[in-house]
Amino acid sequence: MDLALEILVSALLVIAGTFGLVGSFGLLRLRDAVQRLHGPTKATTVGVGAALIASMVDLYQYRATLTWQELLVAAFLFITAPITALFLGKIHMHQSIPRDALPNTGTDRDWATFDPTFKGPEPKFPGE
Amino acid sequence: MIRRLFPHPWLSVTLIVTWMLLVNQPALGSLVFAIILGILIPLLVAPYWPGQTQLRSPLRLAAYVLLVIGDIVRANVAVAKIVLFYRSDDIHSAWIAVPIELTSPEAISMLAGTITLTPGTVVTDVSACGRVLLVHCLHAPDPDAVRDEIKARYEARLKRIFA
Repeated sequence: MDLALEILVSALLVIAGTFGLVGSFGLLRLRDAVQRLHGPTKATTVGVGAALIASMVDLYQYRATLTWQELLVAAFLFITAPITALFLGKIHMHQSIPRDALPNTGTDRDWATFDPTFKGPEPKFPGE
Repeated sequence: MIRRLFPHPWLSVTLIVTWMLLVNQPALGSLVFAIILGILIPLLVAPYWPGQTQLRSPLRLAAYVLLVIGDIVRANVAVAKIVLFYRSDDIHSAWIAVPIELTSPEAISMLAGTITLTPGTVVTDVSACGRVLLVHCLHAPDPDAVRDEIKARYEARLKRIFA
């Protein structure tokens, strides 16, 4: 039983390392900035996920305690990663993508990054 | 009145569960503190988060999260293959515009997050009217198929989860 768990933990760690490596390698070899955005999204999802599961299994085996913090780490990463990617993409669009390279929205308003009149919602404080 | 005290009930629940997982021990003191946080934080963010989250079916949401996790693993392998084995010239990147029918901001951000997390597609912008997402695909020989898959696989499910 112990051996099986150890093999499982080792396999998960190898998977985590491999995906982390492939993700970073993607950063190096892909052509332009938007393509490179795809590389690290891998490292944060499967790579980190596998490492966290390995940590959970390992702690359960050796300290006989079930820890939930790993799930939280994964949840926080999954919530924040898309936002980081969105902002990196927006900045890249601003700085180095000509408007003609992008498809049209198909509606009467342009993409938010290119629309000078675009404004987000204002905060509404109580009593106002 | 109860709406005033709990502007975002689901946020309160999430905060309480998160705090209990964070302290990792089921003590009464932690629960009291979790409830205090679950009341205070939604009150503080309420001005910046107008409207209500209309969650129609929490159970379907759980099923959706499982589906997305499965897709993340599947898509990861696909993208790893592209990074490792495709020549630069064979990678056909494409920008696609995905028109969305979802209206609530929470549902749209959830869809955008799903698209970004499934590797191979990244959301980089939304149209100023909030009805179209701009998606960049790493390798999409057939951009229309990607758009249709996003709509059929994720958006249709989210429409059933959020009212």
